[in-house]
Amino acid sequence: MQIFRTAGAAAAVVAVTAALAGCGSDDATSTSATGQLSGTVTVFAAASLTETFTKLGHDFEAAHPGVKVVYSFGGSSALAAQIEQGAPADVFASAAPANMQQVIDAGEVTAKPETFVSNRLEIAVPKGNPGTITGLADFGRTEPRIALCAVQVPCGAAAEKVFQISGITPQPDTREQDVKAVLTKVTLDEVDAALVYRTDVQAAGDKVQGIDFPESGKVINTYPIAPLAKAPNAAAAAAFVDYIHSDPAKKVFAAAGFDTP
Amino acid sequence: MLVLPALCALAFLVTPLIGLLVRTPWASLSDRLFSAEVGTALRLSLICATCATAICLVLGIPLAWLLARAQLPGRGVIRALVTVPLVLPPVVGGVALLLVFGRRGLLGQYLYDWFGVSLPFTTPGVVVAEAFVAMPFLVISVEGALRSTDTRYEEAAATLGASPWYTFRRVTLPAIAPGVIAGGVLCWARALGEFGATITFAGNFPGRTTTMPLAVYLALETDPDAAIVLSLVLLLVSVAVLVSLRERWIRGAV
Repeated sequence: MQIFRTAGAAAAVVAVTAALAGCGSDDATSTSATGQLSGTVTVFAAASLTETFTKLGHDFEAAHPGVKVVYSFGGSSALAAQIEQGAPADVFASAAPANMQQVIDAGEVTAKPETFVSNRLEIAVPKGNPGTITGLADFGRTEPRIALCAVQVPCGAAAEKVFQISGITPQPDTREQDVKAVLTKVTLDEVDAALVYRTDVQAAGDKVQGIDFPESGKVINTYPIAPLAKAPNAAAAAAFVDYIHSDPAKKVFAAAGFDTP
Repeated sequence: MLVLPALCALAFLVTPLIGLLVRTPWASLSDRLFSAEVGTALRLSLICATCATAICLVLGIPLAWLLARAQLPGRGVIRALVTVPLVLPPVVGGVALLLVFGRRGLLGQYLYDWFGVSLPFTTPGVVVAEAFVAMPFLVISVEGALRSTDTRYEEAAATLGASPWYTFRRVTLPAIAPGVIAGGVLCWARALGEFGATITFAGNFPGRTTTMPLAVYLALETDPDAAIVLSLVLLLVSVAVLVSLRERWIRGAV
């Protein structure tokens, strides 16, 4: 009887391991014989692309039935770090060339990245402007509650450049992981002012007011996109990247407030 | 045969810790250990965890006494409510704290309008978040200790003329001391490791609200070796906490 109990325990362990391995498998496929795309396309995209990419994903799925677009939105530096550690992505769209370069240096991207949109910063204040913020100079005062992106995130790096150009030393109260986290602090009225992208102010609608400032035109964030070298679904990845560069996609980006090349 | 699954469980729990030790950048360890970022985050973490534990002791021991000794109706419901932060995902706790103590929160708006005080993005905010998640540990531990002590000593003290406060100070507390110590140490360790509630409620700013777990999370994106060193420090603190909870000091309490 002892041998049966040992065998049973061993079988249980093997079964659990197999089940866990099954959890990790993906269903990415490539083109079939007829040239139809199928499977899942996993897109890692900067947080500021959330609304536009979600819409374009639906359009892409409508044009290619059989393909499902799955997203992971976040700070470009966090996404680049995940790709370096082997996250199973097909496409990477970063909010700055620096994070794309990080991924290229790690050997995860061999294709040439192409810029598809650019963006600029805008001051965001809660509805009603409770902190009576008038411009960039208010970011140098300690009284207002200020949220900025962390420096390693593209919008944080752009904000640093803007402050350097205007000679202001910012006094933030919190540094958030991506631009949407910063925007949330504004919509919740937890901070008096924040520096986010122009597209984020537009996406937030009337929960947030935007204040433009002259130095914003001097710091432009260009967004590169590239398929990943080890993409599980390379054919759909290439098709998705092509779609992002297409004219219908450009219209969606322009409507959201991005500048298209 | 239970040995095989038990060995698998042991391997599952121990291997990540071994991996951390194996991947530590031993060559640059001393430089990184004494760098400014590690020092700032560690100091902030230790101060906040200690303050949070102090709050938990001052508020939690009376609550435990209430649950164990007082004849309240609905004690079971109160005990269940007290245990909620224990099972609540920490980030949900952070969101809840934000909705109550944020600038537009249920109570926070009065704090802000009347006193100009706002807890998010401040060090006291970190302490509040940590106390919220750590207090159930203390309350449960102390309540267990109270239930297991003999009330006859307290009754004897009362018949000898001691006031309730004197009895609590000189008879009850010494009797439950092992439970209080064990609960306090667990509370401190939980507060030290808190991440979700801290980053959601208190935000992230070096020296003010960036505790060690937040520093690890941030460092992982830019400098994985720094993240490993910070993780090692936290691991050593955790091991020290466990070693301190040795049975002969807290027999019968945990």
